[in-house]
Amino acid sequence: MKSVIAEDLVKTYDGGTVRALDGLTLDVSEGTVLGVLGPNGAGKTTTVRVLTTLLIPDSGRATVAGIDVIKQPEKVREVIGLSGQYAAVDETLTGWDNLIMFGRLYHLSPKAAKQRATELLEQFSLTDAAKRPIRTYSGGMRRRLDLSASLIVKPKILFLDEPTTGLDPRGRQEMWGVIKSLVRGGTTLLLTTQYLAEADQLADDIVVVDHGKVIARGTSDQLKRQVGGERLEIVAAANDLAQVKEIVAKVAGGNVSVDEGIRQVSAPVATGSKALIEAARQLDDLGIHPLDIGLKRPSLDDVFISLTGHVAEEQKPEDEGDVKARGRKRKK
Amino acid sequence: MSHAISDALVVTKRQWLQLVRVPEVLIFSTIQPVMFVLLFRYVFGYSISTGIPGVDYVQLLMPGIFVQTVAFTLAGTAVGLAEDMQKGLIDRFRSLPISRGAVVFGRALGDGLLNIVVLFVMGLAGFLVGWRPDSGLFKVMLGFIFLLFFGFAMAWIGILIGLSVRSARVANAAVFIAVFPLTFLSNAFAPTTGMPRPLQYFAEWNPVSTMVAACRELFGLQNIFGVTANSWPSQNPLEMSLIYMVLLMAIFVPLSIRKYVNVASK
Repeated sequence: MKSVIAEDLVKTYDGGTVRALDGLTLDVSEGTVLGVLGPNGAGKTTTVRVLTTLLIPDSGRATVAGIDVIKQPEKVREVIGLSGQYAAVDETLTGWDNLIMFGRLYHLSPKAAKQRATELLEQFSLTDAAKRPIRTYSGGMRRRLDLSASLIVKPKILFLDEPTTGLDPRGRQEMWGVIKSLVRGGTTLLLTTQYLAEADQLADDIVVVDHGKVIARGTSDQLKRQVGGERLEIVAAANDLAQVKEIVAKVAGGNVSVDEGIRQVSAPVATGSKALIEAARQLDDLGIHPLDIGLKRPSLDDVFISLTGHVAEEQKPEDEGDVKARGRKRKK
Repeated sequence: MSHAISDALVVTKRQWLQLVRVPEVLIFSTIQPVMFVLLFRYVFGYSISTGIPGVDYVQLLMPGIFVQTVAFTLAGTAVGLAEDMQKGLIDRFRSLPISRGAVVFGRALGDGLLNIVVLFVMGLAGFLVGWRPDSGLFKVMLGFIFLLFFGFAMAWIGILIGLSVRSARVANAAVFIAVFPLTFLSNAFAPTTGMPRPLQYFAEWNPVSTMVAACRELFGLQNIFGVTANSWPSQNPLEMSLIYMVLLMAIFVPLSIRKYVNVASK
C-alpha cells in the first residue's frame, strides 16, 4: 500500500521561467523510508511543501494516506507530521512551552498535552532542558525538539525536510539515531537530504532529484550498481608510476586511468578481491611497494556525478530563504 | 468553531508566555510611551496653548499619546509575524489541523490585550504629571475600552504587513513610514488650526484625530484641537471612530486571513 503518491507535479515561478517542479513523480510505501536526494534547488523542499499542503502545484496530483492534498488539505494535516529545514519552534519559549502549545493546537486536552510533552522530552533526551528557552539549545537539541513537535499526535506519515542540514557531525549522528528508532517503530517517512551518506544510512528507497524531476530511483545498492562495479586503485610511489600502470593494465585488462598529479592508477575490475591480490603479488615480485592499494566501491557521490554530471553541492544556510522564495537557484 | 476559538487562544497565550519569558520586551515597550509623555509634557507643553482657560496642555496631550501608542500596536504585530514567517513557524502552523483564521486572530488579540498593560502604565505616568480626567469613572473606562478596540483593529493592518514583507526589518520600516505621519498629521499633539487648509481637512478626517477627539470627549474635554475645518468627523468623532474601526476590520480581517492561507503559495 502506498502512503504517499505524487504524480507529475509541476510548479513554476516567475511566470513559468523557473520550473521548481517539472513533472516530479514519486511514491512511498507504507512503513518505509524514502530518501529524496538532490542538490540545493533541485525541488526537494518544494515537493515537501506540496505534499504537506503548504503549496498548491500548478498541475499534477498528490495523495497522502489516500487523501488528495489539493482537494482535502485539512484532512491531510490531521495525519502528517512536518519538520522543516529550520527549527520552526518559538525560540523565546521553553521546550516545554512549545510542546504544550503544539499539543493544544493538535486539540489535545491540557492534561493529554502535558503527558505527551513529558513523553516526547524523555524520548528525545530533552527532559533536563525542558524548562530552558529554546535559544539556549544547541543546534542538535533544537532539531530534536522540532522533530518531537511534529510527532505529538503520532502522525501516520512524517515529512522531514533536510533534518540534519547545518548540524555538526555529532548532532547529525544523534539525529540519525533518533530517526532510525522512529523508523524501527514503523513510521512512514519521506526524508529529503543533500547528504548522500544520510540517504544511504536512513532510506529504504532513494529517488535522486535534479531540476524538479526524478532522474533515478532504487535502493542504495541498485543505484551504486547502476554506476558500475568495483575499481582497483593504486597510488604509486615516485618513479614507479609506469610499472604500476603496466601491472594494472595487465590485471584489469585495459581501461586504465591515471592521475599523474597524485600518481593514482585505477581501472574497473570484474573479479574483485582476486584482482587486488593478483596486482599485489605482481607488484611484490618486482619489489614495488605502492603508497596505497585498494578496491573502491562507488559511493553515492559517484552515483550522483554519473547521473547529473555535477557533484551534489553543499548548501549555504544563508541561501535557504532565497531558494525557498525563488524556487530554484543554481550555482554554476 | 469551538476549536477555532480555542486555537486562537492558544496562540494568544503563546504571546503572553513570551512576555513572561522575556519581560524586557514589555518593559521597553512601556518605557517608550512614558518617555513621550514626559517629553511632550515638559518640552512642548509650555509653548503650546490649549486655548481653554484653566486647562493644561497635559489634559489634551494624554488622549493624543494614548492613541499614538495603540496605533503603533501594529508595529509589534507586523514584526512578530514577519519573524514567525522567517523562522518557518507560520509554515508549521499552516501544516497543523487548525482553523485558518486562528493564528492571525490569536495574534491580533494578543497584541490588543498587551495594550491593557501599556495603557495602565501610561495612565499612571500621566496622572503623576498632572493628567486629571474629570468625566467620571464610567466614561474614563469607556475611553480606555475604545482605545483597546482601536488597537485591536490596527493590529490587523500589522498582520497583513507582517505576512507580506520579506523580513522583520522591512516590516518595522514599513510600519514606521505608514503610521508615523498619521499620528503627527493629526490633532494629537498640537491644534490643526495652524496647518494649511488642505492639511487641516486631512488631519480632521484622519482616524487618529477622530480617535483622539473621541477620547478627549470621553475624558471630559472640549475638543479644541480639531474643529477648525468644521468637518463632520471633527463634529462627531465618536461615531466616525466607530465607523473607521468597523471599516478597518471589514477590510483587513478578510485580507489578512486570505494572505495567511496563501502565504508563500505563490
